[in-house]
Amino acid sequence: MMRSLSITPAKCTGCLQCEMACSFEKEGVFNPARSRIKVFLFEHEGRNVPYTCTQCADAWCKNACPTEAIQINAVTGAKEVINSLCVGCKVCTIACPFGTVNYSHATGKVIKCDLCGGDPACAKACPTEAITFIDADWTGYQKMRGWAERTDTQSSAQA
Amino acid sequence: MGWHKKVLRVNLTDGSCTAEALNMQWAAEYLGQRGLATKYLLEEIDPQVDPLSPENKLIFATGPLTGTMASTSGRYSVVTKGALTGAIACSNSGGYFGAELKFAGWDMIIFEGRALSPVYLLIQDDRVELLPADDLWGKSVWETDEILHRRHQDPQLRISAIGQSGEAGVLFACVVNDLHRAAGRSGVGTVMGSKNLKAIAVRGTRGVQVKDPIRFMNAVNEKKRILAENAVTGQGLPTYGTQVLMNVINEVGALPSKNANDVQFDGASRISGEAMHQPRASDGKPNLIANKACFGCTIACGRISKMDQTHFAVVNRPEYWGASGGLEYEAAWALGAATGVDDLEALTFANFVCNEQAFDPITFGSTLGAAMELYGMGLITDADTGGIALNFGSAEALTKMAELVGRGEGFGKVLGLGSKRLCEKYGHPELSMSVKGQEFPAYDPRGIQGMGLTYATSNRGACHLRSYTVASEILGIPEKTDPLATEGKAGLVKAFQDATAAVDSTGLCLFTTFAWSLDDFQPQVDAACDGEWSLERLSEVGERIWNMERQFNLAAGFTGKDDTLPKRLLKDAAKSGPAKGRVNGLEQMLPEYYQLRGWDESGVPTRETLSRLGL
Repeated sequence: MMRSLSITPAKCTGCLQCEMACSFEKEGVFNPARSRIKVFLFEHEGRNVPYTCTQCADAWCKNACPTEAIQINAVTGAKEVINSLCVGCKVCTIACPFGTVNYSHATGKVIKCDLCGGDPACAKACPTEAITFIDADWTGYQKMRGWAERTDTQSSAQA
Repeated sequence: MGWHKKVLRVNLTDGSCTAEALNMQWAAEYLGQRGLATKYLLEEIDPQVDPLSPENKLIFATGPLTGTMASTSGRYSVVTKGALTGAIACSNSGGYFGAELKFAGWDMIIFEGRALSPVYLLIQDDRVELLPADDLWGKSVWETDEILHRRHQDPQLRISAIGQSGEAGVLFACVVNDLHRAAGRSGVGTVMGSKNLKAIAVRGTRGVQVKDPIRFMNAVNEKKRILAENAVTGQGLPTYGTQVLMNVINEVGALPSKNANDVQFDGASRISGEAMHQPRASDGKPNLIANKACFGCTIACGRISKMDQTHFAVVNRPEYWGASGGLEYEAAWALGAATGVDDLEALTFANFVCNEQAFDPITFGSTLGAAMELYGMGLITDADTGGIALNFGSAEALTKMAELVGRGEGFGKVLGLGSKRLCEKYGHPELSMSVKGQEFPAYDPRGIQGMGLTYATSNRGACHLRSYTVASEILGIPEKTDPLATEGKAGLVKAFQDATAAVDSTGLCLFTTFAWSLDDFQPQVDAACDGEWSLERLSEVGERIWNMERQFNLAAGFTGKDDTLPKRLLKDAAKSGPAKGRVNGLEQMLPEYYQLRGWDESGVPTRETLSRLGL
C-alpha cells in the first residue's frame, strides 16, 4: 500500500519539531534552514500551516529536469533527487508550481521531500498529528469520517 | 557540544562586533543560559553600577539544548543588572528567537557601552552589523518587526525588540521577540533602551549538533512521551494554558486581589481560562482562537486570542482586531484581579499593549492596583491622572493606563516607575506589593505559605519562577504539602530554587517540570554536552548558580534585611477562603532556610559554603 503525507493545519501549533526532524534525518543536524518541510506562521490569523512536496503523479520537477536527476521511487512513489545526476541548474525549482523543491548552496544540488524512504521523520516527530503518513488512496478518509459523524442518522435508526 | 563555542561581543560605544571563544570552563561549572550569563556578568561588571549606565552590560544567552529537538528547546535569557530592582536580572523567553540565534552560530551576545544614537543589530550567520535605528525609535515592537522584515526582504528573520516604553525609561520594560514572547521581568528592556539598542534581527542557517545524537534522540523521545502523558503538560496546559490556574488559585484563597487587600476575587471565573473558551455574548465567538507552541515545544501552552471588535478599547481600531498573544495566568491576574477588573476583553487589550510596547504586565498591573488604592485614599487625584478615575474595577482606567505606560506618557510615566517608587512618592511605601523592588505575582503567600519564602528570597525580586512551590503546595507535584503550613517549606523552597536554576540554564522550559524532575533533564543534557553530566552535578550547578546570584546581590548592596515581604502579607490576615485569619509565617521559615543554605544569620553564604560550591 502506498502512503502519503497528510497535513491538517488546524492541529499545528507551530513548534517546528517537523523541521528539526527533517534536517536531522537528512543532514544529521538540528537545522530548520535545511528542512524539506516548512511551517508557515500566519501570525495575524493565528494559523500555522506545514507545507511540503505533495509528490505529484506527473511531476513538474521531474519533467523539467534535463539530466533525469529526479526519479520515482517505485516503493514509496516519492520523487527523489539523484545527487550524482543533479547539476544544480535549478530548472526544477522554477517548474514546481508549489515551491517545494529548493536549491541548496551548501551542496550545489536541489533538495526536496523524499518521504524518508517510506518512514517520514516529520510525521513521527509531530506532537499533535498535524502531519500524518496515511493510505495514499484514502487521504480524504478522516475528513469523510468527520462529516459522516455529523450526518443525522437518528430518524432512520429509530424507525 | 550543544555549543558553537562562540560569543558575540558588541561594543555599542565604539560600534565594534567581535567573535570570541565561549569560556568552556565556565560552561562546565554553570551549564549555560541563566548560570553562564550570570557568571559572565559577575566577572565583567561592578555589581554596584547604575543599571542604566553604559557600564552595565546586557547579555542574551542560549542554553546548550536551545535549538535541539528536545521538547521546549526555544528558550533564551536576557541577563543584566535590573533597571527596576538593582538586583541580578535574568528574564527568560520562548518563541523562535533564541533557537535562531543558536542556528546562526552564536551561543551568546554580550552588549556593552551605549550607542550615541539608536541602533539595531543584524545577524545573518557570521555576518554581523550594527545599523542605524533612528527611524525605528518611537515605533512599537510590532511596527519594528514589520519594518525590519520588509527592509531586509527576509520573512525568516526572527526579531527581538523593545517598544516605546523601553525607550521612554519605563522601569519595567521588557524585551519582546516574535511579536508576543517576552523576557518580561525586572526591566531588562529598560536597560536595552538605555543603551540605545532598539532591536536584534537574526537569521541562522548553521543548525545545532549534540555530542551523542543517537543517545540524545532516545532520551528526547522518551521524555516527550512523559510530557504527552502527563495531565498538566499533556492536557491542562494545551487546553487552558497557564490560565488553568485562575479558578484553582481563587478557590484555595491565594489570589491576591485589589492590591492584595483580599485573597479571593469575585470576578475570577470571568477572567479564567474557562472564560476564554466561552462564546461571547456580543459576537458569539470565544476570546481564544488557538493554542501556540514556542520553538520545539510539544506542550503548546501559548494562547492566541482575537478581541471583540465592538469592545470600547478597540472600536474603530482594526490594528487590534487580528490574532495576537492572549492572556496567560500571571498577566490575567495582574491586569484583572490585582486591579479588580473582570472585563476579559479589556484585559486582553491591555495584554496586547504590553506585548506591542514591551512592558511587564505583572509589574504594571500590580502598580496600577497600588495606584488605585492611593486614588481611593485621595492621595492620587484626577489632576495627577489627567482626569482618568483610577477606581478599582475600572476597565477604562486599565486600558487607558496601559496605553499611557506603553508610550511612557502622562500618568503612565509615574506608573512606569513601578509600585515601590510610586508608593514612596505618595508617602505610603508599605502599599507596594514588592520585594527588592519587584512586584510579586499571582499567588498570595497568606494562602500558600511557601510562596512567601519564595518571594522574600528570590534573587531577582519577588517572582514565582524562582521556586514554584505552588506545584507541591497546591498541585501535589512532586508530592503534596499543606499550603497553610510553614513546616518543611524552607527545604522545599531551597530544593525548588536549586533545581530551577539548573533547568533555566539548559535552554529548555521550566514548564516541563510539571512532568519532569531533574532526573529527566539529566540524560538529555548528558547526551548533548561535553563531559559527564550526572544528577548530582546538575543539582550542584543549580545550587552554585543560586549562591552566585546571591553574591551579586550582596555586592550590589542588598542584605538579609531585604529578604522580607510587604507588611500587608505579614500583618493583615486573609479575609476569606481556606486561609482566612492567616498571615504569612516568613519568620518561621527564613532562619531555617539560611541554615539549610549554609548562610550565616544575616543571610551571607559562609566561607565553607562558597568553597564547597567552588565560588
